[in-house]
Amino acid sequence: MSSNPTVVIAGASAAGLSVAEGLRRGGFSGRLTMIGEEVHLPYDRPPLSKEVLSGAWPDAKTLLREPGVFTQLDIDLRLGTRAERVDTAGRTVTCSDGSQIAYDDLVITTGVRPRPLPGTEGVQGVHVLRTLDDAQELRSVLDSHPRLVIVGAGFLGAEVASVARTAGADVTLVSDIQSPLSDVVGAEIGELLLQAHIEHGVHLRTGVKVAAVTHRDNQVTGVELADGSTLPADAVLIAIGSIPNTEWLAGSGIPIDNGVICDEFCRALPGVWAAGDVASWHHMGLDARLRLEHRTNAAEQGLAVARNILAADNPTPFTPVPYIWSDQYDLKLQIYGQTRAADTFAVIDGDLAERRFVAVYGKDGHVRGAVGANMIRPLRAARTLVADWAPWSRIEQGAAV
Amino acid sequence: MHITIDETKCCGAGQCVLAAPTVFDQREDNGVVILLDADPPEDQYAPVREAAAVCPAALIEVHE
Repeated sequence: MSSNPTVVIAGASAAGLSVAEGLRRGGFSGRLTMIGEEVHLPYDRPPLSKEVLSGAWPDAKTLLREPGVFTQLDIDLRLGTRAERVDTAGRTVTCSDGSQIAYDDLVITTGVRPRPLPGTEGVQGVHVLRTLDDAQELRSVLDSHPRLVIVGAGFLGAEVASVARTAGADVTLVSDIQSPLSDVVGAEIGELLLQAHIEHGVHLRTGVKVAAVTHRDNQVTGVELADGSTLPADAVLIAIGSIPNTEWLAGSGIPIDNGVICDEFCRALPGVWAAGDVASWHHMGLDARLRLEHRTNAAEQGLAVARNILAADNPTPFTPVPYIWSDQYDLKLQIYGQTRAADTFAVIDGDLAERRFVAVYGKDGHVRGAVGANMIRPLRAARTLVADWAPWSRIEQGAAV
Repeated sequence: MHITIDETKCCGAGQCVLAAPTVFDQREDNGVVILLDADPPEDQYAPVREAAAVCPAALIEVHE
């Protein structure tokens, strides 16, 4: 680094903020520029599908930091402008407002955007939920107690179903998987979530694909399913996953393949790093390439990148125990590690039927993930099994958790 | 160092307890943070800063 180095952070959400704060806390005294496409000060996204959508929180409560913090930390925060191009040889970023910023280190934290359902672009009444503006729009729609069809039963779809139903909407949750989140947490807990949604009056259409979203005069009228049935709708939420925002990096030499391809240090090229939803990196502990679209990872990975920038000659591999939570009705689901594609599953505490449990997931003879509901301390103990990659035999022997 | 928290934002992740277990705890029923020591000793400064940094609800404020 030069004597007065510049770090440019492209993306002003949780990951970008974590990089900036991590650098300052680590003693970085150079220039720090953070570029954000949205006009809002950095805000938190998990509440969007929970407290913001329900109206329980005013929008301002989602702010990640008080406005004065950015001045205190001497962050040149450029909002309402997008990083549009990067020249990795000349080490400059060009923004949508025409400005060019030279960098010594660039951190890519541009996140993801909702995956669109082809044929629905521009149709009135079709929603996605990623930004505060999206949440405000959807919240105003809920006020009229609409017939809402949600396409996709992942975290977002299932959480919105819960909030919208509680707000009095007539909700149908459609998914090609068999039960909510079953691709993540498996059939047993998926079934439990399915029952919870049914109990609250959500209509479930699972194991079926969407054929088309129907509309008249450019206003949505319903969702047509592959089995030939049609669900009438006043509003439709598309929640079928996300696409990493990497198009602006095309031609830069930065490797892209479902995110920014990084090494175990979250480094894509010399002087180029990535963190948060957009970053795909090699997790040495799990010996797997991961790209995690989860809030906790954004903060932890941002911090890891900051530390590695400051210790560029001696970087540390980023090897977190991934953590996710999801609130649906009175159920708080907490997930550690990797639960997808598990080959073994066991409930080690509590009882699924009581919706108070700790379950562990194994693969190739080792514990790789844990899921808990309403059992805080026992789940934290199970996290240790995940962090240690404990042999599955310990579960069979009744691991003390 | 003085710590303040906004527990109404807490999502119960428990990352603070993992980082600084003598300063933070969680309620057994809902996982909401409990601040055990708002004015921690100096050997806890680094773990507390870590806890504030990784809190996924950004609810821990550290005043130094």
